[in-house]
Amino acid sequence: MNHAPGSTLLAPPLPSSLDVASERFEKNRSDMMELLKAHDDLLEVALGGGGPEATERHRKRGKLPIRERIAAVLDPDTPFLEISPLAGYGSQYALGGGMVCGIGIIAGTECVIMGNDPTVMAGALTPYSSKKWMRALQIARDNRIPYISFVESAGGDLRVGKKPKNEQAGGDDEPDVAESAVGSAVVPEHFAETGRFFYEMIELSKLRIPTVCIVFGSSTAGGAYQPGLSDYNIFIREQSYAFLAGPPLVKMATGEIADSETIGGAVKHAEVSGQAEYLADDELDALRICREVVSHLNWRKPDHAPSLQSEPPVYDADELLGIVSRDLRTPVDVRDVIARVVDGSRFEEFKPRYGSTMICGWASIHGYPIGVLGNNGVIYPDSAQKAAHFIQLCNQVDIPLLFLQNITGYMVGTDYEADGIIKKGSQMINAVTNSTVPHLTVIIGSSYGAGTYGMSGRAFGNRFTFLWPTAKVAVMGPKQIAGVMSEVRRGQAKRRGIPFDEEADAEMVAAAEAAQEEGSLALRATGAISDDGIVDPRDTRTVLGMCLSVVRNRSIEGAESYGVFRL
Amino acid sequence: MTSIDTLLVANRGEIARRIFRTARSMGIRCVAVFAAADASAPFVAEADEAIRLPGGYLDQDAIIEAARRTGAGAVHPGYGFLSENADFARAVGQAGMIWVGPEPEAIGAMGDKIAAKRSAVAAGVPVLPSSEDVSQAGGIGYPLLVKASAGGGGKGMRVVDSAASLAEAVASAQREALGGFGDETVFLERYVARARHVEIQILGDAHGQIVHLGERECSIQRRHQKIIEESPSPIVDDAMREAMGSAAVALAKAMNYRSAGTVEFLVDDDSREFFFLEVNTRLQVEHPVTELVTGIDLVREQLRIAAGEALGYGQDDIVFSGHAIEARLYAEDPAAGFLPATGTLTAFAPRAEPEVRWDSGVEAGSTIGTDFDPMLAKVIAHGPTRSEAASRLALALERCHLGGVTTNRDFLAATLRHEAFIAGDTTTDFIARVAPVTAVGSRSLQTAAIAAAMWTQGANRSVDRRWGFAPSNWRNAGLPPTLISFDAGSEGPIDVAYRSARDGVFTLTSGETVTVVDWQDGEVTIEIDRRRHTSRITRTGADLHVQIPGTTITLQQRPRFPLPGMELPTGGLVAPMPGAVIDVRCALGDQVAAGSILVVLEAMKMEHHITAPFDGTVSKLSVKVGDHVDNGQLLLAIDEIDQEQDT
Repeated sequence: MNHAPGSTLLAPPLPSSLDVASERFEKNRSDMMELLKAHDDLLEVALGGGGPEATERHRKRGKLPIRERIAAVLDPDTPFLEISPLAGYGSQYALGGGMVCGIGIIAGTECVIMGNDPTVMAGALTPYSSKKWMRALQIARDNRIPYISFVESAGGDLRVGKKPKNEQAGGDDEPDVAESAVGSAVVPEHFAETGRFFYEMIELSKLRIPTVCIVFGSSTAGGAYQPGLSDYNIFIREQSYAFLAGPPLVKMATGEIADSETIGGAVKHAEVSGQAEYLADDELDALRICREVVSHLNWRKPDHAPSLQSEPPVYDADELLGIVSRDLRTPVDVRDVIARVVDGSRFEEFKPRYGSTMICGWASIHGYPIGVLGNNGVIYPDSAQKAAHFIQLCNQVDIPLLFLQNITGYMVGTDYEADGIIKKGSQMINAVTNSTVPHLTVIIGSSYGAGTYGMSGRAFGNRFTFLWPTAKVAVMGPKQIAGVMSEVRRGQAKRRGIPFDEEADAEMVAAAEAAQEEGSLALRATGAISDDGIVDPRDTRTVLGMCLSVVRNRSIEGAESYGVFRL
Repeated sequence: MTSIDTLLVANRGEIARRIFRTARSMGIRCVAVFAAADASAPFVAEADEAIRLPGGYLDQDAIIEAARRTGAGAVHPGYGFLSENADFARAVGQAGMIWVGPEPEAIGAMGDKIAAKRSAVAAGVPVLPSSEDVSQAGGIGYPLLVKASAGGGGKGMRVVDSAASLAEAVASAQREALGGFGDETVFLERYVARARHVEIQILGDAHGQIVHLGERECSIQRRHQKIIEESPSPIVDDAMREAMGSAAVALAKAMNYRSAGTVEFLVDDDSREFFFLEVNTRLQVEHPVTELVTGIDLVREQLRIAAGEALGYGQDDIVFSGHAIEARLYAEDPAAGFLPATGTLTAFAPRAEPEVRWDSGVEAGSTIGTDFDPMLAKVIAHGPTRSEAASRLALALERCHLGGVTTNRDFLAATLRHEAFIAGDTTTDFIARVAPVTAVGSRSLQTAAIAAAMWTQGANRSVDRRWGFAPSNWRNAGLPPTLISFDAGSEGPIDVAYRSARDGVFTLTSGETVTVVDWQDGEVTIEIDRRRHTSRITRTGADLHVQIPGTTITLQQRPRFPLPGMELPTGGLVAPMPGAVIDVRCALGDQVAAGSILVVLEAMKMEHHITAPFDGTVSKLSVKVGDHVDNGQLLLAIDEIDQEQDT
């Protein structure tokens, strides 16, 4: 930036269009608080891991629960940004997916930390923990931050044919997936496709991103490759075991009878096999050593200091609770959100009088400059072009992008097709796709169809995606889906010349709408790990600030080229 | 009349600073001399010029040489060291400099206690019946006191109740006197069971004018040293003041006394009789109480008199106003028999209080060693009444931020607030008789721990270079509460476990809600369930000195990650203070009985016995004779003999 350090952007604070005394605000706020309460209740369950009994058994073995391990490794009093804490929501697996993943600060270094929760199915891999694990690796690679793993896993879930038991406390309250109209719980996967995490782990090392592993318990078969593929391994005396096969399989395979300690105990690995670099006396000692290792990594951020002065927004963050209605059809001026998130509420709007459903402009968060794109309605051809233009401007000067999604999609209809909505929308998608500055996405309301993609949704290589509790993510709005399906049925009946049962159709429409609505909820999305988690709107600024710091572990270099713009 | 333009102060610490203060106000340049151990002391830095002494403060030649080199025309000896050394006073004069004190002859005459007593008798000053015939009590009667002629500080002193034990007491007093002063002469004296120590401040000029400035009572003593002094005495009325003052002035006149001096008396609390003890031919440590009630700067008067000026006022011009009390703040441990304490004074921040004077020789960061008297400061409060002065003084002591070295602060404050003190019942046995209690309540400890925890989290946040903008302990999902653990000496662990909520609010797992209102580098303001506390806090290593109402509590933060093998072995015995190992009375593997002496340390010229806390076997022996050990250093460890295993 060309500003002197300590300066702010020169744009004045945004005015607020929010009437905090209005009934609508109050209603929105109380709805939001209700959603947050439900979210907090679920978090409470997730924090319990495998439940109090399993945790007690774990403690009795002298072991710390995974969250205590993570709390202990962090620099004291620093924040922890947990990723997908409600993974597995809506499935029969434990909330959280049997793994905790997040970004925290160890010895002054931002690290991604992933740890098995051994109180959930002994830390066995589930489709959810696998996906979360992949996400942890992706965060490390995309942002170039050290990767710390706390391994205590029984390996793959070998219980073929048996329905996974929901081990988490309060799991009975979970919706029954079989009865659910949306089958998001089933993740089709074959063994042949698995194991990519091993590939990614060793790739991190090659990319000069250190990987540090504490083996907290048994790390068998596939699990043994986690320490195998880490740069630094810390084993705990009489507690850590790593082997390709434990005593039962060794006996089956070769007839050799040996105990765990002899095959792959901590001392064996520290003194004989050389698999362990550090031999810790106990868990706290292992965590202490882990901190020491990170402290020597010489981790430097290419451009860590915020270039602008941080100043709090002029409006209270609490007011973010009353902006978005539960009924997403109620319009929202995204500038009211921006005004409560960015430094000093300062926002320099780009092309304010053109393509006005796409709000673009410059701001900063905790001193980090950012280009903001937010939706004030459906995307028209002119708004799409405006966005494409703005994304290129930010890439030109290496400014990360923040997408505030509240988008029902690209405008349809004869006039807009004539105006080239396909090609102009594609221009925007081309710009989003090929933009190389970090993208942060917050879905505050609807996120439907191609709008999800165009506004840098999860599939478009953004660095982080967070949802407000009011978010809904789907291919289109529930009403539209149900209505389209009804139209299709009506057409079929007509073609076949059979009478159309209006009554039955109305029931089907209502059922489909309800099912679609349920399936589009933020909790569903986050349960499928299609984002990084739901955040309290009041925390938006904090979360984005942390993300903007994390992305700076890698140099920010805007795109120099794009795909061919269809003009 | 000569004028002094440069003054060398042949002393250190608080008294050097105090003399500088007055001298400077009179336009006099100040020269300090200092021993190597004082190289970074505040008084050295404050002097206009300072000369490092090759040895200590008793090196007369070096001091006179320093005065010569710096062109000092006068030497002020302060108190202690060479202040009552007639030879030195003479040498200063012979070097052509002004001695700020009485004539060498007066110093010499009063230095010999027996001779001093004779002078007192000659001047008609009442003295304690005494006898140089140590074979029998004679007219003195029992109980009586055996005292060393050359003594002081209680050495060579014995109380004898009956004729049967006289001979043995005399013999042992003689041995101690010989060892202590190189002179075994002792004498017998009437013993006053309930005594007070009251002294009269006198001033005499070179023109024959002598006045007294009233009395100071200095009865509250420990280890035969005063710790609380006041003026006026609660038992001295105008008539008694007049009688004592006249006696003191008569004695001074007989000596043709010049400069400031003090005539010390023993007062029988029951009969209110007073008896001459001795004359101190120097400025007293406790001189400020007289200054506060008379408004007369005694150092200024000393300098004026030394320069030959006349006092310019008479006895009738002396006006007494209100009451002043001084407390001597020492680095010492009242719980361990007032043993001197050493260390680094990491926290030292007196607060500005109305009518409270701090005369200190230290500052935050000063090292308190064993080379010199461990007095940190004199705190003097003035008030219209005795009880107001006492409360002011107590509050000033309580509000001082103090840590790093064990001090008698809490003991002094407890004394000043004790009903016996308020009642004026201050005989010389006050401390043994009253034993003021200074225990800190568990609630205070908990409050201090919460303040320390909140300050520490703020300190941790202030060094977060990554996410420093984010709220403390921010979580979007949840982690267990953050736990910080402290010890307060032997009390501990004191745990504070907290989670952060919005807006700087923390919820403790113990139930309280704590708001951090303000965080500064050395201070935190918190509200615990709406009750607001501002605590000054100093951290050095793991130690946190936390100011709470009434005192400073020192907490030791427990490490988050105890280094394996660093814990004290069970049954480990550590040195209670720094010192030298002079005897080891056990060997590795020895069976030792509870109470048996295992190691003897010498520290501060006193022996300390390390005894077995229980029956056991010596499992570790880390020291040998001649080793120097630090406070807290492991000496040895004992495995307790397990009765069940034994049988």
